[in-house]
Amino acid sequence: MMNVIYAILVLGILGAVFGLVLAVASKIFEVKKDPREEAVLSHLAGANCGGCGFPGCAGCAAAIVAGDAPVNACAPAGAENAAAIAEIMGQAAPTGERQVAFVRCNGGVNAKKRFEYRGVQDCISATKVAAGPLDCAFGCLGFGSCVNACQFGAMSIGPNGSAVVDPDKCTNCGACMTACPRHLITSVPASKKVHVACANQDKGKAAMSVCANSCIGCGLCQKECKKDAIHVVNGVAVIDYEKCVGCKLCTKVCPRDAILPAATAEEKEKYKAIKKAQAEKAAAAKKAAEEAAAASAQ
Amino acid sequence: MDQIFELLAITLGAILANNFIFSQFLGICPFLGVSKKVDTAVGMGIAVTFVMGLASAITWAVNQFILVPFDLGYMQTVAFILVIAALVQFIEMFLQKSMPSLYTALGVYLPLITTNCAVLGVALLNMQNNYNFIESVVYGITGGLGFLLAIVLFASIRERLVFADYPKNWEGFPIALVTAGLMALAFMGFSGLKIW
Repeated sequence: MMNVIYAILVLGILGAVFGLVLAVASKIFEVKKDPREEAVLSHLAGANCGGCGFPGCAGCAAAIVAGDAPVNACAPAGAENAAAIAEIMGQAAPTGERQVAFVRCNGGVNAKKRFEYRGVQDCISATKVAAGPLDCAFGCLGFGSCVNACQFGAMSIGPNGSAVVDPDKCTNCGACMTACPRHLITSVPASKKVHVACANQDKGKAAMSVCANSCIGCGLCQKECKKDAIHVVNGVAVIDYEKCVGCKLCTKVCPRDAILPAATAEEKEKYKAIKKAQAEKAAAAKKAAEEAAAASAQ
Repeated sequence: MDQIFELLAITLGAILANNFIFSQFLGICPFLGVSKKVDTAVGMGIAVTFVMGLASAITWAVNQFILVPFDLGYMQTVAFILVIAALVQFIEMFLQKSMPSLYTALGVYLPLITTNCAVLGVALLNMQNNYNFIESVVYGITGGLGFLLAIVLFASIRERLVFADYPKNWEGFPIALVTAGLMALAFMGFSGLKIW
């Protein structure tokens, strides 16, 4: 009987002493922590993806409170949470629409291969072997380093062998962008649907010889665009998303199907026919106007 | 001289022959959980070494001055769990205040250690082997070093496993368990090790 009482007493006292020590210690060793840090942390994605460049979500929260990071530093958390964090920090909510990642290559199986790569199935390793198996020095290798880097299951290797992003799942955290050895992945506004899926800056002939889907910088899209939203810069077409209205005229004139969503041959023919008809009509109108002018002069 | 040999024997035994993970199978949860990257494995290993050394010292004192006088040897497990949990909490607070850089390095792993059976194991084994204070502390620290060695080796292998060509359905945990088993077999080679 005494044993039991002893045991209860000793362990009880031991527990109480430890509790007391911890209580005192928590006062002595108290670290003044900004309460906002925890509040901010609760609005971050909590995936510890590292996309913001800070060590984990707690690090990002500390940086936001310290003012070292913008309130929308956490891309996966989205605009809603960025607004909530802005409120905690007493700032105006940041505006700007959701961005998603986009792979600027549509080559895949259409890109010519210089050799069959049989090494480690990883893009960085592949680029180390004679600068990669592709003829194109800019193209997607398709070994899926970005797929492995993505914490949200938004990246995959598409049906034609180059990486594609699922914009619904993408949080624009940026992990794939750093993982890609060819820096092919960029952020684009989620609402815009027309993108140039090629990054080849080579001159037309060189670009044409390495891939069936390469942008050769011909400038047809630039001429076609009614909104002045697409330009050939450094040998590759680039869309100005502020001006682009998504009319897809450029996709219909692109001879290389380098602008996504690529128009089908049927659509292209149709557009050509419409253009031809318009040109004929315009020519006829011009001729009529000239004749009328000539008639009035006489 | 005998004492030094004794300590050397404890050290060798704790790190190689009776490695906590590979021959005593203690502390398997963090060993499998935190061994995907060498960096995190090193952090966890150092944290465990630190806590095991301290826990050995404190539990020895608790046993010697509280449990033995009251004839409560059978309450060791309960008492030690209490001591270790409180100790880890205390260390966490202490580090956060006085060594913030070490705290951020170990931060995530410290609370995990509360539930690490290697720490409780080392405390109980110290009592079972009737170690004195110095022997206990040495056994605790070297046992922790053995854990560090095991988890760093394992993490290095797991990092390399990414490049290995094994069947798809072995991916992840199954291949990790097989690796751990093979490493345990390799460590069995040390079991014949005798110092004198």
